[in-house]
Amino acid sequence: MTVYHLKTPVKEEEVRKLKIRDILYISGKMFTARDEGHKKMLEMKERGKELPFNPSEMVMFHCGPLIRKKSSDEWEVVAAGPTTSIRMEVFEDEFIKEFKTRVIVGKGGMGERTAKAMQKFGAVYAAYTGGAAVLAAKAIKKVENVFWLDELGMPEAAWILNVENFGPLVVTIDCHGGNLTEEIIANVESRKDKLLAMLK
Amino acid sequence: MRNEKIIKSLIELIRKAETQLPSDVKNAIRDAFEKETSETAKTQLKAILTNIELAEKHLIPMCQDTGTPTFFIRAGVNSPFLRNLPNALTEAVKKATQEVPLRPNTVNPFTGVNPRNNIGEGVPIIHWELVGGSEIQVIALPKGGGSENMSFLAMLPPGVGVKGVKKFILECVIKSNGKPCPPVIVGVGIGGGADMAMELAKKAILRPVGERNKNKRVAELELELLKVINQTGIGPMGLGGETTALDVHVEWAYRHPASLPVGVLMQCWAARKAEMTIYPNGEIKIK
Repeated sequence: MTVYHLKTPVKEEEVRKLKIRDILYISGKMFTARDEGHKKMLEMKERGKELPFNPSEMVMFHCGPLIRKKSSDEWEVVAAGPTTSIRMEVFEDEFIKEFKTRVIVGKGGMGERTAKAMQKFGAVYAAYTGGAAVLAAKAIKKVENVFWLDELGMPEAAWILNVENFGPLVVTIDCHGGNLTEEIIANVESRKDKLLAMLK
Repeated sequence: MRNEKIIKSLIELIRKAETQLPSDVKNAIRDAFEKETSETAKTQLKAILTNIELAEKHLIPMCQDTGTPTFFIRAGVNSPFLRNLPNALTEAVKKATQEVPLRPNTVNPFTGVNPRNNIGEGVPIIHWELVGGSEIQVIALPKGGGSENMSFLAMLPPGVGVKGVKKFILECVIKSNGKPCPPVIVGVGIGGGADMAMELAKKAILRPVGERNKNKRVAELELELLKVINQTGIGPMGLGGETTALDVHVEWAYRHPASLPVGVLMQCWAARKAEMTIYPNGEIKIK
């Protein structure tokens, strides 16, 4: 377990070094994306339209934040914990291929398709403590911009965030075929009969 | 006037539940942090503890999923405030959505429309219990969707016995894995019918961590399950470790000869709960 403080844009060679159980703290730019955001960005790419920001230079955060307006052009993040990432499994391999996002942050881990794309194109998945929404919000220094707010609504919009020491994030999918969540599940499944036999 | 006061107090009750974790839960997470040997598990528990402190300090909801507004009410039948309580709860939830603030979490299951005020058909969810006397006790239990999704019901053949019940509970925990944001409190309801088993399971998570069922046999069952659950290695957030559950709470009722209903549900580490009493003279205390 090594602790890394990464600055965006994170380079491919930097993420290729990472291994499962490593701890990350991110400083720089992050964008939020949930189901609708993924769909929107992939559709734009397919139609040859330019995105209003560059996902390859930022860290992606699976998050539907609770944000309120401080003044007419200033936002305040109230709570911003991670959402369940597996919902994005249907989009993520394509997204990584098209946009080369290097670090994806979420909750609960992702599946085989994403893991394969991460190995091939050079990206990692890092888990943020589920529900630790205030801790996350405090690491967000500024809401830089928001896209598709009217169209997609607050949780699904793409929020561009400026973060400082955002973490701790645990690498659970690396570029070397490691998947910590799957490892833990396989471990408990393999000992299931033994555990059941412990019950009187 | 009095109704206004009740609504105001209910908003404070919701704010307290959302921003301050009960001390029994906090202490249990702290103890778990001290005992953990897995480095990954320690980072998760540390992040949770820091998050709890920040939420308390800034009066901000501790999790972005502020839950489905749910209330357990022990209503004294002679209370003069009983009649207006359902309306007061609805008003309080609406206002709390703006003031705390809460994430708009109610969605029409057919149209997908979110009224953005946490109100809708059947919501807030209210569990009533009528008791003698003239005091009303209201418990706010906002519970997140991620943990609620890990809820299970089995109508077991009675022949499997208590051992079969225990096996089912352990299987539920293994199936849930990291999904309900462990360390969890496992709520179990045994007996009654299908509906009662689930309701007992939810009632079970109202009990403070570390407090055992009054029935000695049930208390032993709770401790036995807790011990085995914490040997699964699922750990905080399913990233491995010794703390999968903070406690196991079992409530029970008599069953039909042909059925053995078992309801199991998971409460996430953000086991939010706050309690308030409305006295007959109109005085209100939030605990």
